[in-house]
Formats: sequence, C-alpha cells, structure tokens
Amino acid sequence: MQKKKLVLIGNGMAGVRAIEEVLKVSSEAFEITIFGSEPHPNYNRILLSKVLQGDTNVEDITLNDWNWYQENNITLYTGETVTSIDSIKKEVATNSGRVEPYDELILATGSLPFILPIPGSDKKGVTAFRDIKDTDEMLQASQQYKKAAVIGGGLLGLEAARGLLNLGMDVSVIHLAPYLMERQLDPTAGKLLQNELEKQGMKFLLEKQTAEIVGDERVEGLSFKDGTFLEADLVVMAVGIKPNVQLAKEAGLNVNRGIVVNDYMQTDIPNIYAVGECAEHRGMVYGLVAPLYEQGKALAKAICGAEKVPYEGSVLSTQLKVSGVEVFSAGDFTEDEEKKAIKVFDEQDGIYKKLVLRGNQIVGAVLFGDSSDGNRLFSMIQKQEDVSDVAKVSILQPSGGNAGESLVASMSADDIICGCNGVTKGTIVEAIQKQGCSSVDEIKACTSASRSCGGCKPLVAEVLQHTLGADFDAAVQKEAICGCTTLSRDEVVEEIKAKGLSHTREVMNVLGWNNEEGCSKCRPALNYYLGMVNPTGYVDERESRFVNERMHANIQKDGTYSVVPRMYGGVTNAEDLRKIADVVDKYEIPLVKVTGGQRLDLFGVKKEDLPSVWEELDMPSGYAYGKSLRTVKTCVGEQFCRFGTQDSMGVGIALEKKFEGLWTPHKVKMAVSACPRSCAESGIKDIGFIGIDGGWEIYVGGNGGTHLRGGDLLYKVKTDEELMDITGAYLQYYRETANYLERTSAWIERMGLSHIQSVLNDAETRRELNMRMDEALSTYRDPWKEIVESKKTKKELFETVVTS
Amino acid sequence: MVNKNITKVCVGSIHDFPVSLGKTVKVNGKEIAVFKLSSGKIRAIENRCPHKGGVLSEGIVSGDSVFCPMHDWKICLHDGNVQEPDSGCVDTYEASVEGDLLYLLIEE
Repeated sequence: MQKKKLVLIGNGMAGVRAIEEVLKVSSEAFEITIFGSEPHPNYNRILLSKVLQGDTNVEDITLNDWNWYQENNITLYTGETVTSIDSIKKEVATNSGRVEPYDELILATGSLPFILPIPGSDKKGVTAFRDIKDTDEMLQASQQYKKAAVIGGGLLGLEAARGLLNLGMDVSVIHLAPYLMERQLDPTAGKLLQNELEKQGMKFLLEKQTAEIVGDERVEGLSFKDGTFLEADLVVMAVGIKPNVQLAKEAGLNVNRGIVVNDYMQTDIPNIYAVGECAEHRGMVYGLVAPLYEQGKALAKAICGAEKVPYEGSVLSTQLKVSGVEVFSAGDFTEDEEKKAIKVFDEQDGIYKKLVLRGNQIVGAVLFGDSSDGNRLFSMIQKQEDVSDVAKVSILQPSGGNAGESLVASMSADDIICGCNGVTKGTIVEAIQKQGCSSVDEIKACTSASRSCGGCKPLVAEVLQHTLGADFDAAVQKEAICGCTTLSRDEVVEEIKAKGLSHTREVMNVLGWNNEEGCSKCRPALNYYLGMVNPTGYVDERESRFVNERMHANIQKDGTYSVVPRMYGGVTNAEDLRKIADVVDKYEIPLVKVTGGQRLDLFGVKKEDLPSVWEELDMPSGYAYGKSLRTVKTCVGEQFCRFGTQDSMGVGIALEKKFEGLWTPHKVKMAVSACPRSCAESGIKDIGFIGIDGGWEIYVGGNGGTHLRGGDLLYKVKTDEELMDITGAYLQYYRETANYLERTSAWIERMGLSHIQSVLNDAETRRELNMRMDEALSTYRDPWKEIVESKKTKKELFETVVTS
Repeated sequence: MVNKNITKVCVGSIHDFPVSLGKTVKVNGKEIAVFKLSSGKIRAIENRCPHKGGVLSEGIVSGDSVFCPMHDWKICLHDGNVQEPDSGCVDTYEASVEGDLLYLLIEE
C-alpha cells in the first residue's frame, strides 16, 4: 500500500512537535515532507534569550538535529518558504519553484514579530527578537555599540533586555503600560519586578509611546510622543507577535486573528490542519509553548484516524525567571465585581502571592519572589478546584506535602511536566527507573526537563520522590532558605559538608547565590549552619549575626539595650543581687524587671556602657538575646516543697550549666518541675521535665508563645544521668535537622514525634549525638567576658565616635 | 539664593571602622551611621530608619544595602532610599579618605 503524503509548513516547535506525535501514533503511515524558512533544524525558540544572555549557545538549543529527520525518513527543505497552497489540486509551491503534492497538510507557520508602524522602523540597528538571525544581530551590535533600547516591557522584551545587559550594554526598556508584563502580572507584582530589575541595572521608561526612530542610515535614537528623546544604537522591538496567516488567507482558509480550527485542529478546508501560534481555537490564539503540545496530540490522533481526543483549550501559566526573580502567573488573575482575591504580601522577603477566586473556584494566581507553589496552584486552576472546604489563606501556604504528592500521583504518564521542553511525566519516570536518575539535575541532563526556565523543578523533584516510592520522605519538602538561592536548607547543609565550605561568602559564592553578600535572612542562617557542621573549626562571623547576637544584648526601640545576667535555675543570692543593685545605681539604669524565665532584666543600658556594666556585674551572659538556650525555669522542689518528689532546682541548674551558650536554630527554653503540679510550667517549654515517683517525664515541643502547643511525652527516665543523656541527644538532633529559626514546636510537627523517638531509641545514635553535642559545647566562652577583655572589640562595636 | 555651608569633619582613622559593619558617629548632635563595605568603600547615612527610628548602624550589611535591625527594612547605602515594598529615604553624606583619616562632609 502506498503511503499517504503528509506535508508540514513551518519547521518550528509546534509543527515538528505535531509530527513527533504523529510518529508516535503511527510511524509508518506517512511519507513526510517539512518546509522551513530558516536555515536551521528545529530549535527551541524559548531558549534564544539564554543564548543572548550567554548561558548557552545555538547548538545547544537544537531540539531535533539533522539526524532526527533522516532517521524518521523525513524530507526537510530548510531556507525554503512555501508561497502558495492549491487546496483543489492538493499541492503546495515554494519560493524556489518546487511543487509538492499532499494528502494531508499541516500549517505551523507560527507568528511574526509585530513591528511598530512608525517612521524609521526600517533603519539599521532595529531588530525584532524572534529567531537566531535576530539574536546574532544583537550579539554583534553589543560588540560595537553601547546603548540599547528595548521597546516592550513584556516577557520577551525583558528577556532581551536582560541579555543585552549581560552583554555589557546600557539598556532602557520602553513600555506603553504603567507597569511591566501587564498581561501576566497585576500592578503590584509588575512594580516589584521593575524594582528588582532596576537593581540589576535595567532602566525603564513607562507610559511612553515611541513616535519615531531617528538616525541616518543606522538608528541614533528614539523620539517619543511626549517630545522627549532617548539615544540608542540598537533598538529591539518586542511589542508583541501576530499570527503568520498570509499564506492561509491566500489559500482561502477561514482566518480570523489566526487560522480558525476546530477541536481536532482541522481548518474549514478538508485535509488541512493548523497548529501552534498561527492557529485560532475557540477564539484563542496562544503565544506560549505549553498549549502546542496538547494541540499536537489532538492533531496527531485526528490525522492518523485514531480514536479522536479533542483539544479543549488551555489555561495559561507563565513561569519566568529573570536573573533570580521568580514570577508566576496563571489563569484569570484580575479581580473584579465577581472575582475576589486573596493576597499575601511578605514585605520582608519580597514575596507577593495573589489568588483569584470566583465563588469557591480558583481561577487565577500571581506569584512574585517565590513561585515554588506555581505548579500546585496551576493544577488547582486547571481543575477549577472547589476550595470551599479549605481554609482560604492556607491555599497560599506551602502545604505539608499532601497537595504536591496527590498532584503528581494524579497525573497521567502523558501529562507534561516541563512545558518548555515538552517532557512528560512518563519520560521522567522512565529516566528514573531505566536510567537510574536520582536527582533533579540528572533528570535534567537525561530528559531536558527543567533545563529552560527551571519553573518545573519542584514538580520534577516530586515525580522523583514519588517514583522512588519507599525512599520518598514526605517531610523533606524543599523550601529555599531565602530569595538569594533556590537551594533548601538540607541541600545547603549537604553542600557545606561535601565541599568543606568554611565561611558564608564561600557558601554564597560556590553555591551560586544571586546576591553576592546574601540578605538578612540567609546570612545568619548560614552562619549557624557552618558553626553547627564544624563547631571547633568555624570562626563565627559577627557581621552575619543579627544585632542582638553580635552585641550580646537585646536592642530596644530607642537604641538602648537590655542586659540579663545568668541566674542558673532562677536561683540567686545576696552577693549577685548586691552587684546588680550597685550597677543599676551607677549606670542610672531606668528599669529593672523580673522576666518570665526567673531572672532580672536591666533595661535602658546605653550601648557604650555595656562592657563596663558586664565587667562590674561579673556574671555570665544569660543569652536572653540569642538563638540559644535561654533559661531553665525551676520550681523549688524537694528542698522546701511539701509535694516535691525530685530535686528540680539541682537538675535545672545542672542543665543550664551544661547547655549554656549553645547555639541552636531558634531559642530553647526548659523547665524542671519536681511534681506533676508542674509549677515551672514544664508542659509549654521546648523541653520540660516533670518529677514523678522514681524518675522523670520528659516533655518536648511545648511552646507558650505565638504557637501555643502542649509538649509531647518523649520518654520516662529513672535517673538524672539518663535525663542528661536524652536531653543532649534530643537537642543535638534538633540542632542538626531543624531549619534556622524553626522552633522545636514546629520542628517536632514536621519531623513527627515517633520518628524522633525512633532515632533516640538507638543507644549508639544517642552516643554519637552526645559526642557531637559535647564538641559544640566545648567552644563555649562567656561572651561578655571575652568582650570585656578585648580592647579591639570594645572599640569596634561599642564605642561611638563623637566629634565636636 | 540659598547659602549652603559644608563642613568637613574628621571622624578618625579608617582602620578603626570594622569591615561590613556600621559605626555610630555623632557630629554636632547629629547621629550618622558609617559603613565600611566589603569593597572597602565608605558610606555614611543618617542613623535613623524612616520607619520607626531604628539604629541603622547596627543592621546587617549586604552589598550596598543595610537591613534595619528593628523591622528589616532594606535601605540603599548609596542614595539612602528605602527599598520596595517599603518606601522613604534617609539623608546620605559624602565621605572622603585622606591618608589614614576618614572625613565626612556635613551640609548645614
């Protein structure tokens, strides 16, 4: 039987993808011919910005190399443009005079960049940003010229601008709308993005309309409608694209904005199909890559006469990363009369999240600064999920694994995980199972998933975890430690250990932080992790400490400090009280207050007085300012109390002496009560001890603060030695596995009590944990004393320069 | 015409200013936060966060910015502008190093 002839016009991502789908359904059905105007095999147009940005080169973005066409017996004519279609004779003609008959014809002519119809747009140095030729022109211009103007502050314009910035050009972006990427972002996110890009050196002229491109032969500048002028030697037009439909129109196909197709990508003329950016489906023309794959599938099934699967349109999502700025938008994200928004705006970390609901259905979302939830929200939007049963705000919070797990689990093997490179879940699963990929990076190398924009990384990781099944640990949810990196706490700690990193700058440099010197969130965290990994070798960085831990006192709102000397177990004596009283008098300390942790707090001490105050108190620092052991609160116990069954003060003092000065992920409070009346409030402490007849109960994960939580019974022990052994091991395990600034109450819920018990049940593990704890404790020196003895530190940190 | 009076004040040896940290300097009752950046550059700004008056000299310094120790506002040390999403600005002062000595130029 003779094969049917299939002709594809357009050798780009959509067309070739459709052919791939056709080959999947039936590799023998057609004799295939492809015409492409560009002199290249099919390449990934999305990655042109990476070529421009210098991250990769043209060869690396090829999707189907010459061999692929050969292997699949495809006749490819590059550099040849189809100029007419005769749908009666069923043949196409090209600009080189070739005439090719067809049985089935696919139009994938894509889009043309929209060139503003203004005077001068034909001058040298004016280019679009659409293909390899344009990219080359920009690369060349950057070697000779300095000033670039990008017209258009959308996705493409900003990608181009970032690339030109990398090439050392002075870049201004001109945009008609009052904020950037108005088709994907709302005003808040648009402004945040602008701010971030301005920091990177990009300049913006918003609400500007270009009137003319001026210059002799080559462009010299832009003049605007408002009469202003901008010098430029290179002008990139990125104002939009329009479907390339000229050929289809002339062939008599029904063309609206794009070539009108039905749910099977069929045009109104039999045997002619259209796919990709040139096609208009249910009134929509898509300019993004993800819909192309779904369209290609529908087309392939129809053209091969297989069981038809209709294409029913796509909900769009955009995930973009320009130099570390994560942006995500999906669906219908503008609120109005009937659509209401939920917004979370974390000013501290520069994170903005917005969710748009119509009634109880999620219809759209915008994320800025942290787009890790993008995939999950996108899936909810696609399913138009009903959220009436869910606490609204919790939708915007990273969930504890359940949502992500079910998302990946519920996806079919054909579902696309990586929209940029069209990688399905099935392909990734195969790479894990057959090629032994065990990390996101290995999967990336194997399948190209997450190679382009990186937005699908969390999803790839979930597929990995889900596929590995038994090894999948739901608790290990990746969360970047701050906006400076995409790495999670575990990854960072792992790298510190593996690479032997020894200071924060080195970590940020080696692990590719996007802020050279980090931020107020990651620097203290890294300082802690480095000290935790290598307690004896690491030199603490005071410049990476929050003020209180650097000054070893608590800063107050007026810039004075408070001083809390150590009072082990809340027990004091006449001598200490006398010293405190003398210091209060001498330094005119305005307020002395008894704290909740059974000690005294001296408020309103001037910064320059701190060292002398400490010297005269001659008591150790109470670490009331630190992510550290604070106090061990005690009841009076058997020494005086008629109910007490244990020596709570003695044990409390011993605990405080042992663990004082220990750096922990967050503050740690303890309490020891001598009987179940729990007068020291042992039930709401990070570790609380309650004396019982013949031993102790140890409660953990209690919290009396923001996150009120009753402690869980960890163990009952008989002796004080066992109590110390368990406490040391437990605290060390917390130190080694908690996120910085994660209280034990949150940590225990994340880890699970039974998991922690299973770790601590093993005597050998306990011994090792205690050994590492002892090593950490061995570095303790009273910081107040150290400062008092160091003239240099006193001068650098505590003296104010006063000139007259 | 406005008369501006610029005073040049010596604030001590450049070596007395710790790297990547701030130092409080008082000039004629005015409190100024002076920073020696990791690049060695000196920056001087008004020592008062526009938010709630936090002492900026005690903030964490990263690149060209300082994070206020009170509520983590981020302030650019070059131009004194508070970074978005917050807004506001603090005064900045020119600094010059001559030999080992650091001078601030104070406009009256």
